[in-house]
Amino acid sequence: MKKVAVVGYAQHKILPNAGALNEVELIMPVVHKVFNDLGISQDDIGFTCSGSCDYLQGAAFAFVEGLSAIQTSPPIKESHVEMDAAWALYESMLKIKMGDADTALIYGFGKSSPGNLDSIISLQMDPYYISPLWPDRVSLAALQAQILLQQKIITHDEMMATVIEARNNAANNPNALLTDHVSEDLYQADSLISSPLRGFDCPPISDGASAMVIASEDKAFEFTDNPIWIEGIDHSIESSNLGSRDLATSPTIQNAITNLNLKNINFDVAELHTQFSHEVPFLRKLLNLTNVPTNLSGGPLVGNVMMCAGLDAIGKTFQSLVSDQSDHGIAHASSGPCLQHNMVVHLERHK
Amino acid sequence: MSDDQAPKDYKESFIHLEYQYTAGSATTTFLNQVKEGRLVGQSCPKCKAVYVPPRGSCPRCGIATSIEVPLTDKGCVESFTVVHIPIPGNPIVPPYVCAMIRLDEADISFLHLVQDIEIDQIRIGMRVQAVWKPKDEWTHSLENIKWFAPIDEPDVDVSTLRFKPS
Amino acid sequence: MNDSKINLLEAPFELSYKYKRSSGPIMSKFFEGLSQKKIFGTKSKAQKVFAPAAEYDPDTREALTEIVEVGPGGTIESWSWVNSPRSHHLLKTPFAFALIKLDGADTAMLHMVSDCDESDLSIGKKVLPVWSENPTEAITDINYFILES
Repeated sequence: MKKVAVVGYAQHKILPNAGALNEVELIMPVVHKVFNDLGISQDDIGFTCSGSCDYLQGAAFAFVEGLSAIQTSPPIKESHVEMDAAWALYESMLKIKMGDADTALIYGFGKSSPGNLDSIISLQMDPYYISPLWPDRVSLAALQAQILLQQKIITHDEMMATVIEARNNAANNPNALLTDHVSEDLYQADSLISSPLRGFDCPPISDGASAMVIASEDKAFEFTDNPIWIEGIDHSIESSNLGSRDLATSPTIQNAITNLNLKNINFDVAELHTQFSHEVPFLRKLLNLTNVPTNLSGGPLVGNVMMCAGLDAIGKTFQSLVSDQSDHGIAHASSGPCLQHNMVVHLERHK
Repeated sequence: MSDDQAPKDYKESFIHLEYQYTAGSATTTFLNQVKEGRLVGQSCPKCKAVYVPPRGSCPRCGIATSIEVPLTDKGCVESFTVVHIPIPGNPIVPPYVCAMIRLDEADISFLHLVQDIEIDQIRIGMRVQAVWKPKDEWTHSLENIKWFAPIDEPDVDVSTLRFKPS
Repeated sequence: MNDSKINLLEAPFELSYKYKRSSGPIMSKFFEGLSQKKIFGTKSKAQKVFAPAAEYDPDTREALTEIVEVGPGGTIESWSWVNSPRSHHLLKTPFAFALIKLDGADTAMLHMVSDCDESDLSIGKKVLPVWSENPTEAITDINYFILES
């Protein structure tokens, strides 16, 4: 099966409220940017796949409107996942590996500002036992944070350090939404939203879009001198039965470590789809990344476009490997409450 | 099956979400014009196709439709259907006619109503013009046009209404 | 001429759907039990008890059919204090979401804990359900849990 490389990536500046810009107007500039960077058009793309959530827009099949941003005449091979666009990347990879295409365009988009994200996300859960209680995404994440703290897997200081570091890193990210520095005093003074999570421990409501182009080994060097190879990609999901999970562990991350042979790789950089501060030290310990520069973009704590943030972790890792000319990057994407569903991607600069 | 015959083991699950919807730039521009009684499409700078209502992007070229094109409120019926069920919350009485209206100089059609004519006399290619509500009732909506009514002009051969070649 | 050009057209809208979901044989027994102030779980061949009643063991994929009564009390496995309930929350005064392992069960149930202070809560505390006056065979037939005094 053909190897696949990331050859291009573009991200819209993350906005607290895109205002007059609708989804189509957020997608168009990032698709055009990645096409212009590579000197290509839709004619060079064999398969297009997007990731988005209809409920963010408040309409069934809302994702179809996103296609207005893309050249669809002549008709294109296209698919969509009602997931973070990282999974649109996964589907695109499968398409290429099966020999149905040599290139793919992936885009993710989402506006969280129009709706109430807390109520939308709580409706994604078990409709019998969980959703009728309207647990919001912060409270759910907090339940895991509480367990990790109680079992001393992470500490409050690590959560605070994560927030401070995220804001410091954001200064180097022109697309970040939050760039103000946060001091220890400011953090301690911040009120709790759902204990133990304060406002600073949570991601900002964000609007935006991102696009990525991938290509098979037959085509990658036609597009760029710096293809970054997807050496390994793995994802698995735990049960939706929240009470049956051991929230102090992550079997899905363990699966990825085993399946991708991650223990034997020295990573130069990591980007994690960690929406809440406690998830960073937790995953860094599981993935043995304590000495690896992590979330240099600032990560989701400084800008978290729903349905894009996982793809953004992969895109930011790609950009780091290209600009730093380093070799191994690890990117993580997540979905569902308390890190239920996790994807890990190993990117490598040399084939 | 009526509710009292439905299986006892079902649960009512009520989804309720509130949004503040924002129209995009293209729709905002279009509806600002509709508020003034004008129909203005947008055209693709590359293939020149004219879209109304505009979405902001040309599906044939994948680029922004940046050029505003004022249009008349006259056109023809590209297709139509007679609807026999009511629209919830709308006083319209069935049977009524929904039609795809192709405005002069536009390359796509849009859905609206056709009235002021016996239903069995409506045909594809029929020339129509918008019947507007009184000016003081105008809002940011295509409902400013009550419906399209026939005008005394010869029918159009719709096979000539191609999407303009690029 | 009335210049009504607006740069940002926006309008509120509500999305509302009512669905009828069938509960199936296991969950309908659980909900029937709740309306009678009982909490049921299901037990696997390996003697693991899932509460609320689960249809399948997520680890072994075994279809679970043996119904057992659990609780009504339980133990807090985790909790999160919500100081400012949001508009969609069911409780309007400060409360906690919690994962509660009912007595006799091996898994936890998500619910809420109320009528206490944040400082009273910790992992391991015992709780009891407060039942609704008007059960509808739903998870909300338990209004919330309170700390066992």
